[in-house]
Amino acid sequence: MTAPGEVVLALSGVVKTFPGVRALDGVELEVRAGEVHCLLGQNGAGKSTLIKVLAGVHRPDEGSITWLGEDFHPATPQAAMRAGIATIYQELDLVDDLSVAENAFLGHEPHRAGFVRRADSAQRTREILGRLGHPEIPPRRLVRSLPAAGKQIVSMARALSHDARLIVMDEPSAVLAHDEVGNLFRIIRELTAQGIAVVYISHRLDEIREIGDRVTVLKDGRTTAANLPARTTPTKDLVSRMTGRSIEYVFPPRAGREPGPELLAVRGLSRDGEFANVDLTVREGEIVGIAGLVGSGRSELLETIYGARRADAGTVEMRGKRLRPGDVIAAVKAGLGMAPEERKSQALLLGEPIHRNMTLSTFTGYARGGFTDVATERAKAQETADRLHLHPRDVNRAVRTLSGGNQQKVVVGRWLLGDTKLLLLDEPTRGVDVGARAELYQLIRGLAERGVGVLLVSSEVPEVLGLADRVLVMREGHVVREAAADDLDESAVLDLVMAGSLLEGEALA
Amino acid sequence: MSVTEAPPVAKHPGETKTSWWKGDRSEPVRRNLGLVGVLVALVVIGAVTRPELYGDASWVQNNVLTILQQASAIGVITVGMTFVIIGGGIDLSVGAIVALAGVWATTLATQSYGAGGMIFTAIAVGVGVGLVNGLLISYGRLVPFIATLAMMVAARGLAAQISGKQTQVSANSVINDIASTRVLGIPLLVYILAAVVAAGWVLLNRTTFGRRTVAVGGNPEAARLAGINVRRHTVLLYALSGLCCGIGAIMLTSQATSAQAAMANLYELDAIAAAIIGGTLLSGGRGTIIGALFGVLVFSTITNLFAINNLSTEVQNMVKGGIIVAAVLIQQFRYKSLTNLFSRVKTG
Repeated sequence: MTAPGEVVLALSGVVKTFPGVRALDGVELEVRAGEVHCLLGQNGAGKSTLIKVLAGVHRPDEGSITWLGEDFHPATPQAAMRAGIATIYQELDLVDDLSVAENAFLGHEPHRAGFVRRADSAQRTREILGRLGHPEIPPRRLVRSLPAAGKQIVSMARALSHDARLIVMDEPSAVLAHDEVGNLFRIIRELTAQGIAVVYISHRLDEIREIGDRVTVLKDGRTTAANLPARTTPTKDLVSRMTGRSIEYVFPPRAGREPGPELLAVRGLSRDGEFANVDLTVREGEIVGIAGLVGSGRSELLETIYGARRADAGTVEMRGKRLRPGDVIAAVKAGLGMAPEERKSQALLLGEPIHRNMTLSTFTGYARGGFTDVATERAKAQETADRLHLHPRDVNRAVRTLSGGNQQKVVVGRWLLGDTKLLLLDEPTRGVDVGARAELYQLIRGLAERGVGVLLVSSEVPEVLGLADRVLVMREGHVVREAAADDLDESAVLDLVMAGSLLEGEALA
Repeated sequence: MSVTEAPPVAKHPGETKTSWWKGDRSEPVRRNLGLVGVLVALVVIGAVTRPELYGDASWVQNNVLTILQQASAIGVITVGMTFVIIGGGIDLSVGAIVALAGVWATTLATQSYGAGGMIFTAIAVGVGVGLVNGLLISYGRLVPFIATLAMMVAARGLAAQISGKQTQVSANSVINDIASTRVLGIPLLVYILAAVVAAGWVLLNRTTFGRRTVAVGGNPEAARLAGINVRRHTVLLYALSGLCCGIGAIMLTSQATSAQAAMANLYELDAIAAAIIGGTLLSGGRGTIIGALFGVLVFSTITNLFAINNLSTEVQNMVKGGIIVAAVLIQQFRYKSLTNLFSRVKTG
């Protein structure tokens, strides 16, 4: 057994590149036995990639990983597990229709002559659950019937069944209710008391202060600060290490003219468990940005405005005319268009050519007597493709063959073809490389200058601040701040987005 | 087929230049040529096994017309089925709808309204049952498999109830003459099939209805968010399938000069199989009418091949099953190699 305080895991200069992206660009990390080591960073900072490198999902291109004093190159997730590194993902990877014990020992069931020794695995699961302080969970119970907190404990039981010495937890509190978080922390303390190291990832500074021992901050795939004391490092220091971007964002200058009359008015819009009582307006030629984390209700809000979800309360008005809730067709007729978050599953017919994807909302308009006019469609799509600098320009190509940025252009192009007055953009630059981003920014700004209203959702704060005229900050389903983009800076927004610890903590103190 | 446009020309350096022959739009054409190859092979097998028959030109001509005539009713039904499958659904009730439409059209009461009344009844029953399927699926949110499975059982039950499990003879000479009429030496039934296939091709490839079908089947969520009324379109697809069943019922009734509750037994399997080997993707979003027609012709040619060699239907069914599996395996293989090709020419 390693002595408490001994370094168990050390990463040095770890680099991982994907086509077009340098996801990890020199990560340093040092984890000691028995500590809770927190990883902090914005979306896209490389936290998920780092976890996957540790879990054996990705192999690093450069750099060294030392685990228990030896070079560590797990070829598969199973190898990492066997070496003693367990990962608890945000989306728990349990099999709902197997029992607690079957999940805990999935893939390494105690067996004899091909038969699972059910009594044995139940007994061992009971012991592990006892160690986790939850002897009341029956090992034979189906995982499906457990609440989220219970499932998380089963995930941890699986980690312990492998005799894990390091447990990586990716935003474990995100799936838990408030009072369950305390219980999670109690378990983490018990684990660390047994000498197990925990790497804890969270957006919430208050949690990091409560449970963490040391903090490592990532930004743009690089370690910007290592081994800060979790309890005493001032919030502004942590936030400043996460922000202050380099050259990555290039925004076209704002037009500097007044937006036109009001286009969209949302009043008191609510959906149970997603967002509550949201008021917002968008004027002609105005870009309104919504900043918020995944789960803050921002995508759900956008889809509800668009009619893809039905509001429980509140109204959406387009130019003073009320839109029927839950009616996408009416919204499109009123001049709304949406580029959804999941391009491939929500917006594109991947096997179909570019021109058909671009005209998906407008082909009936070109048709005569129910017969489609392919020549006109193709010409219009080609025109739009040229305007958007689509690459390749050939609109007969299947959308499947395009890069992420160009697929996004096809979706935006779809609405340019129609008489779209208000464009809803949900994470428009996700999976888009740096060069194409700049082009998309230019495109969005250009639309606004032509009088189109834009409502933009992004988890990347600089993007919202750089692109939008006005910004709404959402947290846990509520708009917590609305201001002109010029009156906000990245760290202020980031702090609002992340549980408002600056407001509730130091700022008041 | 729709490959009349000029070949796409690479406009960017680094972009792979593809001839239309290798381009993704020509894929259905190549698949159909494959099916033509299968048809030719079947004919060759026929000629080799029964050379004395193939030596007789008038026999060959008659045999071809027999094959086409046998393919006519199932071909019409397959056109409807192809639309449903491209639209992301499945219709297991087509055989039962045919039986119900046929039985309903040949009751003594209906027959008293004459040929027009019988045809109207068959089509109205087909469309009506299709509408019920569609409404159950899109507004009742039943899985297509379950909804149409239930309809398959229920519609046949109702057909047996109406007919009292008796064979109902058609006394209407206009209806009975449809099957025996020849125009320019070709059976009228073959013209009906040709008309339905042509109409189906135009509907799929040249109309907004066809475009919606591909969109709804290819990615229903994307279609919905693009402002397409996915539910209404789904209802229309099943109604269209029902319409084809109604037409098919008249054709079969005419051929047998009667209708009964057990008619068109297992036609759903033949129609699905024909659509699939014709290149329609079972998961929706892709498929061709011409391919489906070739699928039907392959099956009826096999049936014919076994008949002229006096082989049992048992052997025939085994071969049919093998052909379905082989066709889908080839389809998967083609699809994979195609996506590989895409990822290689991807320019990013």
